[in-house]
Amino acid sequence: MGINRRYFFKTLLNIGGLGAVGAVSYPVIEFMDPPKSGEPNVSSIKAGKTSEFEYGSARILKFGRKPVILIREKSGEFHALFATCTHLDCIVQYRNDTNQILCACHNGVFDLKGRNVSGPPPKPLTELAVNILNDEIIISTS
Amino acid sequence: MKNMLGPKFFLWLDGRYNLEPIKNLILHKKVPVHKHTLWYYMGGVTLFLFFIQLATGILLLMYYQPGENNAYESLKFILIKVKFGWLIRNLHAWSANLMIFFAFVHMFSVFFTRAYKNPRELTWVSGFILLVLGMAFGFSGYLLPWNELAFFATKVGTDIAGAVPFVGEELKIILRGGEDVTGATLSRFFGFHVAILPAIFTIFLIIHLLMVQRQGMSEPEFFKNLPEGKKKYISFVPDFAMRDFFLWLLVFYLLLFLTVFYQWELGLKANSLASAPAGIKPEWYFMFMFQSLKILPPHILFLEGETFGVLFFSAAGLFWMIIPFIKFKNKLLSKQSFMRYFGILVVLFIIIMTVIGYLE
Ligand code: HEM
Ligand code: FES
Repeated sequence: MGINRRYFFKTLLNIGGLGAVGAVSYPVIEFMDPPKSGEPNVSSIKAGKTSEFEYGSARILKFGRKPVILIREKSGEFHALFATCTHLDCIVQYRNDTNQILCACHNGVFDLKGRNVSGPPPKPLTELAVNILNDEIIISTS
Repeated sequence: MKNMLGPKFFLWLDGRYNLEPIKNLILHKKVPVHKHTLWYYMGGVTLFLFFIQLATGILLLMYYQPGENNAYESLKFILIKVKFGWLIRNLHAWSANLMIFFAFVHMFSVFFTRAYKNPRELTWVSGFILLVLGMAFGFSGYLLPWNELAFFATKVGTDIAGAVPFVGEELKIILRGGEDVTGATLSRFFGFHVAILPAIFTIFLIIHLLMVQRQGMSEPEFFKNLPEGKKKYISFVPDFAMRDFFLWLLVFYLLLFLTVFYQWELGLKANSLASAPAGIKPEWYFMFMFQSLKILPPHILFLEGETFGVLFFSAAGLFWMIIPFIKFKNKLLSKQSFMRYFGILVVLFIIIMTVIGYLE
C-alpha cells in the first residue's frame, strides 16, 4: 500500500513536472520567434525622375522590405536588381569605373545583369524591370 | 583573518553560520610554486576584467538607449556630453577585448599544463562554456552602437548561423528578431547583452569558481613527482592573493593606457539603405573561423561550403569541450606528447588564420 502510494505520487510529480516544463518552455520559445512582418509584398515602385538621375551613378531604394539597387550606366541605360548579396547578406554597390556591381564585404563581383562574375557569391542577383513613363522611373518584378 | 573582520564579529558569525569552509580556504589553501606558476594567474585576470565589464556596463546603461533611432545618438551623447563618458565607453570596449584574450590564454595554459584531466573535467567544461558566453557577449555588444561596420558584420554573422542544416533559417530569424537585421535585432541583442548573458554567465562563473576552490590548484606531473621536501608552496591568503592584486593593478594601468591613447571608433551610423563599405570584418576573436569559412570552396561533398564550415567548427568546439573525457585506445594517440602537438596545432591554426584574415 505504502509503496503504491509513493509510486502514485512519484508518477504524479513526474508527469506534473514534465507538463510544467512544457508549459514554460513552449511559450518562451514561441515568444522568441518574431511575428511575420506586416509589410506588404510590393510588385512595383516609383523611383523618381530620369532627369534627376546622374549618369554613372546608383541609388539603393526600398522595394517593400528589400533593398534594390537602381543603376544608371554612363551610357544612360538603367538597371535594377535586388541589392542583397547572395553570399552573406551585405548590400552591394555600383562601380562606375569598372561598370560592375561590387560587394565590398568579401569582394564579390557581379555584372550589370546580376550574374556572379567573381568572388564568393554562389548565385546571381535577381534583376528587376525598369520602365520609364513620362520621365518617371518605375521598377517592377518582371 | 580574525583580526581583519574583528574577532568578536567573526566569532558571532561563525557561531551561527559555521564558517569552516571559508576558514579552510583562508588558512589552508596553498598554491604550488614552479616554473609554470605564472599561468595560475590568468583566470584571475580574466575575472578582474569581467568585473570591469560589469561596472562599466552598468554605468553605460545610465545613458545608453537601444533602438534604431536612439542607439547611435545616445552613444555619441555619452562620448561627447557625458563627463568621462568617453572613458567609461572605451574602458568597456577595451576590457571586453582583453577579457576574451585572457580567457583564451587561460584556456590554453590549462590545456598545456594538462590541468583539465581527472578530476577537473567539469571545471574545464564550465570554463569552456564561459569562453563561449564571453564571445556571445562580444558579438551582441558589437551591434549596440548601431554603426555601419557592426550592422554589416551582424548581417554576415547571423547569415552564417542560417547555414546550420535544418534549423538554420529559424535560428537566424530568432537571433535577428525577424528576417533582416533591423531595430528589432538591436532590441534583441540588447536584451541578450545586458540581461540574459550576464545572468547565465554569472551562474557558470560561480560554478567554475566553486569547483576551483573545492579542488585547489592542479599540480603538473613533474611537480607531483618531486619528493615532498622539494615541493614549494605559497599560501593562497595572503601570498598568492597579494600577487593576484598586484597583477590586477598592472592590467588596470594597461587598460587605462589603452583607453586614453587608443580611442575606440564610433564610426558612421548604420543605414539599411546604403551599400556595405569596404573593411567589414568580425571582431578579432571570430576572425580565425570567419577566415576559414572564406577559404572553403562553395561546395564540399554534398554540402554548401558555409554549412560544412559551420558544422566543422561546431564539432570542433564540442570536441574541445569534452576533451578531458576522451580516452584514446591507441597507444600513440594516448601519449602526452600527442596532446601537446595537437594543442600546438590548434593554436597555430588560430594564429595563422587570424593573421591571414587581417592581411587580406
Ligand atoms: C563579459 C562581459 C562583456 C563583454 C565582453 C561586453 C562587450 C561589449 C562590446 C564589445 C560592446 C561594444 C563596444 C563598443 O563598440 O562601444 C559593448 C557595449 C555595451 N555593453 Fe557590454 N560587454 C560585457 C558586459 C556587459 C555588461 C555586464 C553590461 C551591463 C549590465 C554591458 C552593457 C553594455 C552597453 C550598455 C553597451 C553599449 C555601449 C557601447 O557600445 O559602448 N556589457 N559590450
Ligand atoms: S556578403 Fe557579399 S561577398 Fe560576402
